[in-house]
Amino acid sequence: MVIELVKEEVFGESSPLGITETKFFTFESLQLESGEVLSPVTIAYETYGKLNNNKDNAILICHALTGDAHAAGISKETGKLGWWEIMIGPDKPFDTNKYFIICSNVIGGCKGSTGPSSINPKTGKPYGMSFPVVTIKDMVNAQAKLIDYLGIEKLFCVAGGSMGGMQVLQWVYSYPERVVTAIPIATTLRHTAQQIAFNEVGRRAIMNDPDWMGGDYYGQTFPANGLAVARMIGHITYMSDLSMKEKFGRKLRNKEKFGYDFEAEFEVEQYLRYRGESFVHRFDANSYLYITKAIDYFDLGDNKDLIKKFYNLKTKFLVISYSHDWLYPPYQSKEIVKVLKYAWVDVTYCEISSTYGHDAFLIKNQEQEHLVTHFLSNAYMNLKGEN
Amino acid sequence: MYQGDRFDFEIILTMIRENSKVLDLGCGDGELLKLLKEHKNVRGVGIENDEKMIYACVSKGVTVEHADIDEGLPDFPDKFFDYCILNFTLQETKKPKKVIHEALRVGNEVIVSFPNFAYYVVRFYIGILGKTPRTKALPYNWDETPNLHYFTIKDFIEFCRRENIEIVDYKGFTGKRLVYYKPNFFAEKAVFLLTKR
Repeated sequence: MVIELVKEEVFGESSPLGITETKFFTFESLQLESGEVLSPVTIAYETYGKLNNNKDNAILICHALTGDAHAAGISKETGKLGWWEIMIGPDKPFDTNKYFIICSNVIGGCKGSTGPSSINPKTGKPYGMSFPVVTIKDMVNAQAKLIDYLGIEKLFCVAGGSMGGMQVLQWVYSYPERVVTAIPIATTLRHTAQQIAFNEVGRRAIMNDPDWMGGDYYGQTFPANGLAVARMIGHITYMSDLSMKEKFGRKLRNKEKFGYDFEAEFEVEQYLRYRGESFVHRFDANSYLYITKAIDYFDLGDNKDLIKKFYNLKTKFLVISYSHDWLYPPYQSKEIVKVLKYAWVDVTYCEISSTYGHDAFLIKNQEQEHLVTHFLSNAYMNLKGEN
Repeated sequence: MYQGDRFDFEIILTMIRENSKVLDLGCGDGELLKLLKEHKNVRGVGIENDEKMIYACVSKGVTVEHADIDEGLPDFPDKFFDYCILNFTLQETKKPKKVIHEALRVGNEVIVSFPNFAYYVVRFYIGILGKTPRTKALPYNWDETPNLHYFTIKDFIEFCRRENIEIVDYKGFTGKRLVYYKPNFFAEKAVFLLTKR
């Protein structure tokens, strides 16, 4: 405990959860949607709070494109706060006094779960592009193995935004009996042409970087330029016209007049460069390719088939969208709601007005906190009432 | 039985059958849906346009969708619900005629309640005082009211006749009393139960 406190001070961050540690679970093999088999498979995960005796208080949090298993607390390895610290912890919406929270890194990722930067046991070298293409369904199937391993039959809730929301929807599709409530945020039933287009620009930037070398850059020069550009384009889509205007406007950085050159003189240019450059230190370029591809493949199915599939489903939904999200606009969340309504599934929907764009769900906001807190506590009360 | 202040809720509770499927258009804070679930075990969904009200619904555990009913209900198939409720909502919609026909399309029966603009106190405000009425049923200043349409019980009965809508039942009331005698004059508010022939 003393050591933890000292560490907390050293890191300069504080979290009511204190230091949290990433754990690992390895299983023999996973049959992938593509037909290939991934073997062995390691899943990096973290847990917060305690699993109760009935094992009915477990919540699975699914991360977005560049997220990881470290959703809350201070990382033992990096000293950084978790990516959803605002939502997870004691007396927070995902209340660790009440619920047992699990978050795992997706397969194909680069934060401890098996991905293209992992060593291929057959060659003794990193997989690189020989890593099989994975899908959202594969990611969810891998998570299901982890949930089995943790001895949990039913998840009280599966929640996540963006790609995390796709996993939420896939969970309900693949394992409807195992999900009591679902919270998909700022997400879609299927990736659209525009969304695929942005991802493709990112991928081209990486693959056209001479340092990428067909994905075999491990131990050599990292394709930092390509990945940084991919991150820049990504970041533009995560913000909104309005939030960029508010944050940067046309402000120049450290100067009053134009330099009439190509330095990053506008604040927004500087910001994007900074975002791109800092990203390459924490993310693998090949993982970016694989995960964006998985997102592009995501299509839960035809609306008519989905209505049939979900008809009278017992899972309760809370669907949230953000008014200024143009990457996953509210109409896509409304389509999820429409399908669920037709299927007579209990679904609550709210479009939160926010000047932030897609990344609004990662930024502290009372509306999201309120919705999740009350939705979960009502559902938990009902669950306890039934037992 | 319901013990609260809202006489409109009391009337609506008597109109709705147990275990039915209900859509509340403009459900506000979700109080009516909550009562319907408690007293009649209905399967209820609300639609509400005011974001703040959505949060109130979610606090109560009421299932609600954030949408604008003036845009119609294209997401629902015909006769999806046993009842659609427009409880003091119709006068706030931009296109009441469209909204009511949409409600009749997706619901077997429709409950509509509204402030009666021919209530004698309202007539007094306009006829004698020469002012826009401010009563319990119409509590807003003219410049702040959410009400876009003002109509009377008589207007509504004529509207239903014109649109081939069958009035199954209707009740005028003032405060917590039903008004049987000349409701278009003595009733402050009215609740109609409608169906489409």
